[in-house]
Amino acid sequence: MLEIILFYLASGVALAATILAMTRANAIHALIYLIVSLLAVAVIFFLVGAPFAAALEIVIYAGAIMVLFVFVIMMLNLGEKGDARERQWLQPRIWSGPAVLSLVLLCELLYLISSIEGSASAGTVTAKTVGIALFGPYVIAVELASMLLLAGLVGSFHLGRRTLERGS
Amino acid sequence: MQELAVPLNHVLLVSSLLFCIGMLGLMIRRNIIFILMSLEVMLNASALAFIAAGAHWGQPDGQIMFMLILSVAAAEVAVGLGLVLQVQRRFKSLDMDDANRMRG
Amino acid sequence: MRDYIWLIPLLPLISSITLMIAAPRLTHKIITLLGVGSVGMAAVATCALAIEFVGNPNPIEIVLWTWIHVADLAPRIAFYVDGLTLVMMSVITGVGFLIHLFSSEFMEHDASYARYFAYLNMFVAAMLVLVLADNLLLLYLGWEGVGVCSYLLVGFWYQNSANGHAARKAFIVTRIGDTAMAVGLLLLFTELGTLDIQSMISSANSEWEIGDNLPTIACLLLLAGAAGKSAQLPLHTWLPDAMAGPTPVSALIHAATMVTAGVYLIARTHGLFLLSPSAMTAVAVLGLATSLMAAFTALVQTDIKRILAYSTISQIGYMFLALGVGAWTAGIFHLMTHAFFKALLFLGSGAIIHCLHHEHNIFKMGGLRRRMPVTFWSFMIGSAALAALPMTSGFFSKDQILLQAYQLASIGPWLWLGGLLGALLTAVYSFRLVFIVFFGAVNTEPDREIGWRMAVPLTLLCTLSLVGGYFSLPLTNVFPTVDAGHPAHWVEVISVAVPLLGVLLAYGLFLGRQLKLQPWMEGQIGQAIRQFWFSGWGVDQLYNSLLVQPYSILAGMLKGEPIDRLYNAIVRLNQTLHQWLSVTQTGRMRWYIASMVFGLIFTLGIAFNVAPGAI
Repeated sequence: MLEIILFYLASGVALAATILAMTRANAIHALIYLIVSLLAVAVIFFLVGAPFAAALEIVIYAGAIMVLFVFVIMMLNLGEKGDARERQWLQPRIWSGPAVLSLVLLCELLYLISSIEGSASAGTVTAKTVGIALFGPYVIAVELASMLLLAGLVGSFHLGRRTLERGS
Repeated sequence: MQELAVPLNHVLLVSSLLFCIGMLGLMIRRNIIFILMSLEVMLNASALAFIAAGAHWGQPDGQIMFMLILSVAAAEVAVGLGLVLQVQRRFKSLDMDDANRMRG
Repeated sequence: MRDYIWLIPLLPLISSITLMIAAPRLTHKIITLLGVGSVGMAAVATCALAIEFVGNPNPIEIVLWTWIHVADLAPRIAFYVDGLTLVMMSVITGVGFLIHLFSSEFMEHDASYARYFAYLNMFVAAMLVLVLADNLLLLYLGWEGVGVCSYLLVGFWYQNSANGHAARKAFIVTRIGDTAMAVGLLLLFTELGTLDIQSMISSANSEWEIGDNLPTIACLLLLAGAAGKSAQLPLHTWLPDAMAGPTPVSALIHAATMVTAGVYLIARTHGLFLLSPSAMTAVAVLGLATSLMAAFTALVQTDIKRILAYSTISQIGYMFLALGVGAWTAGIFHLMTHAFFKALLFLGSGAIIHCLHHEHNIFKMGGLRRRMPVTFWSFMIGSAALAALPMTSGFFSKDQILLQAYQLASIGPWLWLGGLLGALLTAVYSFRLVFIVFFGAVNTEPDREIGWRMAVPLTLLCTLSLVGGYFSLPLTNVFPTVDAGHPAHWVEVISVAVPLLGVLLAYGLFLGRQLKLQPWMEGQIGQAIRQFWFSGWGVDQLYNSLLVQPYSILAGMLKGEPIDRLYNAIVRLNQTLHQWLSVTQTGRMRWYIASMVFGLIFTLGIAFNVAPGAI
């Protein structure tokens, strides 16, 4: 019973924090809300029996990736002028059209989900099981992911240089 | 215990809602930082769906997909933020619409 | 030496590759040393092998490695040496070396001196592979290799487009024969399951009866290949044009070695031909017909090299005649003696052309007897051997062919008569050449006499042309022994007398002028025949109107690319669509995202309606 209450609580927090994150004008504020949302999702992970994923969500998503955002925002030094402009961009006439599109998609997804039965948890899947599967049948996927990360590393190193040669 | 567990379709519902919110953010924001954040939300939402499905079957595959999504997100953020720095340096603005001159 | 046979083709190959790669860094002297020396060393090695072989005349088989292994097909890179191979190798390396030596003076001032030797060495290597090959596939490799080298050397002076045209013609016409030969190889492989020549022939003998259809078809296909390479009817048209190459090349490739590859092929697979009497007859008749046709044509040519080219065609026709009547040894013997005296004649003509500022027309020469004595005597000896005058090498080989042809049942005497006519014509045209070029008034003054590097090969080849007839070839183990009964005495007398008569005739016609052909030649019929022969019996024109013109017309029709119109219409449609769609490409990210979302919604909506259960 406690689990279910906790789940709805965490879901509510996640949704609210995400909506807030999407509507803030200040990037740092939005980022804090996003971190809250990610932490709430981590709680959901834990509740449905994926503690390892929950830990990763906190460590990598809420930790590493978000810190990267913080660094970049600090480097950019946006200031008050940026906030005002962001607020000006968030007019109803701008967001009403996309909102309708999103709603339609949501309805379709709801229609899809409505027919699904069953519980979301069939016991805890431990880190050990995950690790065995990861380095067994999914070893190629692991290799691909490592290649991807390497590419990301090289790409960000190249893009992060102070000047890029023009014209190439 | 079993009937007291979290219903799968509720988890998926949360995931869909998060996805749609992220998508909405993607469409309405003009600042590239926010666009990247929206992308993170969408990736996270799909990761949630994977975890829920994996948990439903009691298999590790869902979590493995989560990890792959995690690495995609990490790589995407690294490159994306590098691009943000370059855009800021070149256009003196983070407005997506300022960078829409297409060349080549 | 037995274990080092692979060195013989390898030496010229290495030299060729070195010359191709490093030519700009090498001095003239080193290029000469490499180009001539490698063939010289191969000749020495062949000589050593021959000496060893005479002591122990068993066939040598050397397997180097398996070339390919696919299912049942496992051709090896393997060499097989018996008497026949050895004769061919001696001709290739021996005559080849003399011609290389000659070339080093002939081509001395050519800008592409290194390229010349690279090609020529490559040719020698390919030709050696051809004769050494233990299976037909490796033989085919050498066969195509010499074809490529011939193409490259005919078109050696490629700045003149006529030479390039001649090279392409040589390549394409032989390709027709080669295709037939490839079909023959495939047929033999599917029927007999192997391409190793020796085991193939033994299994053919056990599986097929004499007179079966399959061996006849296979032999005729091989004959087509041989006819293409050896310039026999109806694929002979490339050889006269191939004279566009440098003269030593004509001597080596288009007289002494490559063109005799067809003869070698038939001799090598004689076990198959023996199974098919009709194919044998076809070889003999084809050879005789070619021989006569080419001899008539040679009578009226005016270009010194073309005369020799037609004479080569004619002499190879003789070799085919010999093979066709089962006179294997005589055919190979004639191949060897022909290599000597025809190389001699070509080198002699090369010397004349070299000293006469590239003059080819024999009527602009004349009186060279005193100006170029070495060349004159070479030509005298060469022509005597070609005309098969007694005591020369050509006499022995041609006489054997004629006598064995006569002994053949049924058509034998007819073949003998045809051969006699050919011999008469040969004597007439070869001495016509000698009398016109070396006697009479001097028309063009030669600017020099040849140097030692030209004179030595000429002298050696003269000696060989004279004494070559006394060689006894180690062929007894290779070919079935022919019952050499003696025909009637008068047959031999006539065979000896006919060439002499031919020389007398040539003297009367072209030097002493006792016989007056002039009024007859001026007449309408005389002119017409003369023109007909001059053009090589109109074969080129026939092919032109039968094959080339229709092809050109077809090509002209297709030039407008009628089928492409359809594709062009599709292209234009796509271009129009592209222009419409490119309007939507605004560069606004959010519009892109919105359209993607719209597409997602739309696709999901369709999926609901079409396949509700699948989701």
